[in-house]
Amino acid sequence: MAISGPDFVKGMAMLGAGIAMGLGAIGPGVGEGFAAGKACEAIGKKPEEAGLLTRTMLVGQAVAESTGIYSLVVALLLLFVV
Amino acid sequence: MLDTNTTIKLFSFLGSGVCMGFGAIGAALGEGFTAGLATQAIAQRPEQSGEVIKNMLVGQAIAESAAIFALVVTLILLFSEPETNNVLLAWAALGGGLSMGLAAIGSGVGAGFPAGAACLGIVRQPANNGKILTSMLIGSAVCQTPAIFGMVVSFLLIFLNYSDMPLYPGWAALLGAGLATGLAAIGPGLGNGFTAMDAVSGVARNPRVGKDLNKVMLIALSVAQSTAIYGFLVSLMLIFMGIKENMTMAASMALIAAGLCSGFGGIGPGIGEGFAGAKACDAIARRPEEVTLLTRTMLVGQAVAESTGIYALVVSLLLLTVF
Repeated sequence: MAISGPDFVKGMAMLGAGIAMGLGAIGPGVGEGFAAGKACEAIGKKPEEAGLLTRTMLVGQAVAESTGIYSLVVALLLLFVV
Repeated sequence: MLDTNTTIKLFSFLGSGVCMGFGAIGAALGEGFTAGLATQAIAQRPEQSGEVIKNMLVGQAIAESAAIFALVVTLILLFSEPETNNVLLAWAALGGGLSMGLAAIGSGVGAGFPAGAACLGIVRQPANNGKILTSMLIGSAVCQTPAIFGMVVSFLLIFLNYSDMPLYPGWAALLGAGLATGLAAIGPGLGNGFTAMDAVSGVARNPRVGKDLNKVMLIALSVAQSTAIYGFLVSLMLIFMGIKENMTMAASMALIAAGLCSGFGGIGPGIGEGFAGAKACDAIARRPEEVTLLTRTMLVGQAVAESTGIYALVVSLLLLTVF
């Protein structure tokens, strides 16, 4: 099977997009889950502070999400622009 | 190069080696963890050793089941004779081996955690042995579900007829199908183990909350399973979606990338959501009156952790359908 230049580039771009989003989903998943768990633990200790604790959890999770967004952007770039 | 029959045999042996190699990791780790906590429990209360050992063996048997699934698939790959001379069967064998082998890692380790927690819980509350054992059995059994997805995809890959699938890019579809379910099952298996472990500890600490805890544990376990289901879905699409012949490398790489993307993408959210469920069950055991608030918080947190799993699924579906 003879592989031409542009075809090879496109093929590697597809592979790169898959690996980028795939591996990129690992970190935020683990980190945001850890944040959610600790928030549940804290609310268990002080239920009257539930609003503040949930808000803090969401802000922290949004920051942890950022690298996941970078991976998504790179994956979409590789799929549609390269 | 090599003739078709030799290629099929070659890849079958490779697949069987991969399957048993990966499949042996998880169950051994999980069972070792169980044994460790069991000895710790017996050291605390030596007169309970009979009950603890019984529970340890039951829990280890459940953790072993993932490795037994892998052994079954390995033996099938070693000894079955392919009836058609389709080279795709070679790639199907490799995909099937990867699917079962990788999927057994998470479930094996995960099922060991609640068994260990049950052993510790029994010496703490010998009177509530029944409730603790029930929670452990429910939790460990649901923990095995990702390994069962892996086994289903393995059997589909090994036993289906590929007469209407083209070789290029069919080979990539079958390999991708194996990777998608296999990798995606690792995280949820592990995460479910965390959740079940803390749920069983919670029942041991506070047996009156047993029913509520089992309910919340099942909710948390189902949510953590979702990324394994996404991987399973992508595998089924790769196997059954009609693929047109395409000799370009881009088409093949797109299908493998779809498998890798939803495969790897299932690992993180599974672990994270499992940890969230574990801490929620722990908190509910300490404060049973806050069960609604804690369940709500847990679900909100798990939903946010799910988001990157959804991105991975979307990119996979794009790779499958657009390219």
